[in-house]
Formats: sequence, structure tokens, C-alpha cells
Amino acid sequence: MNNASTWQLLSAIMRRDLAVALRRRSDIINPLLFVVIVVTLFPLAVGPGPDILGRIATGVIWVAALLSALLGSERLFRDDFLDGNLEQLVLLPAPLPVLALGKISVHWLLSGLPLVILAPLCALLLKLPIDAWGILMLTLLIGTPMLSAMTAVGAALTVSLGRGGALLSLLLLPLFIPLLIFAAAAVESTLVGTSAYGHVLLLAGLMLLTLTLAPLAVAAAIRVSVN
Amino acid sequence: MSVVLEAQQLTSVRAGRTLFSDLSWQLAAGEILHIEGPNGAGKSTLLRIVAGLLQPLEGEVLLFGQPQREDPELWQRQTLFIGHKPAVKAELTALENLHFQSRLDGVQLDDPWQLLETVGLLGLEDIPAQQLSAGQQRRIALARLFYSQAKLWILDEPFTALDTRGIDLLHQRFAQHLEHGGALLLTSHQPLTWSGERLQRLRIEAADE
Repeated sequence: MNNASTWQLLSAIMRRDLAVALRRRSDIINPLLFVVIVVTLFPLAVGPGPDILGRIATGVIWVAALLSALLGSERLFRDDFLDGNLEQLVLLPAPLPVLALGKISVHWLLSGLPLVILAPLCALLLKLPIDAWGILMLTLLIGTPMLSAMTAVGAALTVSLGRGGALLSLLLLPLFIPLLIFAAAAVESTLVGTSAYGHVLLLAGLMLLTLTLAPLAVAAAIRVSVN
Repeated sequence: MSVVLEAQQLTSVRAGRTLFSDLSWQLAAGEILHIEGPNGAGKSTLLRIVAGLLQPLEGEVLLFGQPQREDPELWQRQTLFIGHKPAVKAELTALENLHFQSRLDGVQLDDPWQLLETVGLLGLEDIPAQQLSAGQQRRIALARLFYSQAKLWILDEPFTALDTRGIDLLHQRFAQHLEHGGALLLTSHQPLTWSGERLQRLRIEAADE
């Protein structure tokens, strides 16, 4: 009889996911590299004038972040599905949404968190005024867990479809739009000198809502996918 | 002997095709149920229903008299399912796979090396599983059986890709499991060496509408 508690199972799943991910470092580095490349290309394309760059910096960084989230999204459950670990996940004696939240957390640790850390570099390259760096990082810190959670929903829904890549992008991009609007608005209001408080609170509310509902959706989608 | 597993009037329809209907059987402690049938007859579907991955269209499965739907978590604690896909992480070594898998099975491995030796993987423990052969990967997956305390094992084609020594080893382990009062549900195209009372056979034929 398997007497493992939910907590023990969750920790084993997360450790294993981390161990697997660290064996495939290129999968972690690729999306980050993509963001850095996009950010370095913009000054070359639109000219190095600080007035234009500073104005579009937030938008560029956030759009790059959204697109990079899509880059590796297909892979999130693909390997688990192909090697049979997804069905074993369903059979674990623990609530599936909790385990799904664990997988989302690992994904965020390896994709969202590095992006937050990388944000000052991007801001510097795009000449974003230094007063706005903090708020940019804050919006990324609040926004990237949402990216991971929503990506997980899409990935779980399309994992059994074989080539679900295009469908996944179509499915996810509309969900990302509110995030993009509020994050950009928060940084923008700091730049023009008004308070970003309202936008940040809205983002935080959205994050809580997403992190509460997404694991349930992921769990349901996984159950359908392993059928 | 006490009844471990009971199926009551199971009916399953997949993709508009009736795989089986009104299927009822019992499995007592210390018994094997060998499910036979041609490809596509619904053997794997039946196993997945018993494991709890699929819902039957009609009917019910009971473990120790408890319906599956009532407490799925208790059900999962008492059963072990190994399907077609070995659930081995290709990036991790055999030792790491065993380490994580045993935790997921709620078992603290005292001596993983002993286990590796038993399943014939000693000396290969630090090679990523993707570089091992199909049979060796299968052995990593089947190592679960050598520490499992689950009462009911559900195995889909466990002998696939195994060599004759591996098959013998598995047979020995099955015998131990049955002696300890476990029950075993399996599909296999290989003949089983068992004979007599312990082995029940269930034949599924693809029933067309």
C-alpha cells in the first residue's frame, strides 16, 4: 500500500521535473535567449534614440516575454505524455490539481523567474528610464506565473493531439492579452508620474484567479488527454 | 480465498465500437487473471478501466468490495499499474528513475543497488535511460514490482522487449506476489508458465455491432 502523503508526492514530482529540466538546459536557455535577441534587435531596427526606445521598451519586453512563453509551451507535458508518466501522474493517490500546480511552479521557476532576473538587462538595452525598472520587474514577477499557468492549460489540452503547436498559440494568445494591457499600463503610468498601484493590484488579482483556476483546468485536461 | 477484485457488468464503447459488454468476473487473492484476445479487442481498455484511467460506459469495478468511484485515492494506493509506456524518464539514469519512482510509490528504498542487481541493471546505473535498450528501459519500469506493496498489480504486456531471463525473473516475482496474497491482472501474448487453479483466463473478442 502506498502511504505517501500529498506533500511527499508533490515534492517528488517537482524534484524529478527539476532534475529532468536540468539535463535539458537548452530548453531553459532557448526562450531566454529569444527574449534577449529580440530586445537587442530593436535598437538596431528603430534606431538608438532614447526617446523612441524608452517609449516602446515595456511593450517590446512584454511581447518578447509572451512569445517566449509560447516557444517551449508544447513541451510542457509532451514528454510526460509520450513516456507514460502523465498516466502515472493521474494514478497517484493525491489530488491532481495540486500536482498540476507543482508542475506549473517548476515551469515558472525555470522560465518565469529567469525572465524577471533578466529584466534589468533588457530595460538597460532599451533605455527604459531607471525609475520604471522596479515596476517592470514587479509586473513580470506577477505576470510570469500567470503565463506558466495559462500555458499549462493549453499544453494539457493539446498534448494528445500530436502536432498541437499552432492550435496552442491560437488558444493562448487571447488569454495573454489582458496581462499585456495591464502590465504595460502599470509601467506607463510610472513613466508619466502617476501611481501604478491600481494596475498592479488588478494584475495581482488576475494572478490569484489564474493560479486558483488553472490547476483545476489542467487536471481536467490531463484526465481527458490520457484517455 | 477472499475476493480482491470484482468486475460487474462492464461495458465499454470506444470510438462508436462496442469493445465488450456485460463483462463480469472475480479475482481472488493469490490468483492471476490473464486477459486474452486479438489486437484491438479491448484488453488494454479493460486494464485502464480497472486502473482508474478510464470510466466504463456501464458497470462497476470493486476492490475488496469497495466501488472504484467511492474512494479513488484509496484505490490508487492499493493498486499498481504499468502500461505500454514504461513511465521511465529518458533523461535520468536508472538509479535516479528508481529513486524518484520509489518515492512516488511511497517506498523508502533501503538498498537501491540490490534492486538494480535484481533487475540486472547493475553497472548501467549512471547511463541516461535514453541510451539503454528497450528491454533495459522495461527493466527499470518493472523494478517497481520488486518493492511494491500494492495488493493488485495491473500489467499491460509486461513481457514486451524482455529476454527469456527477464521473463523468468518476472515469473518468479509474480509467484512471490501471489503467495503473499496479492492478485495480478495482466495481458500478454506470451504463454504463461502457470497452470491449474491459480490462473484464470478471460477471452475478449472484438464484438461488432
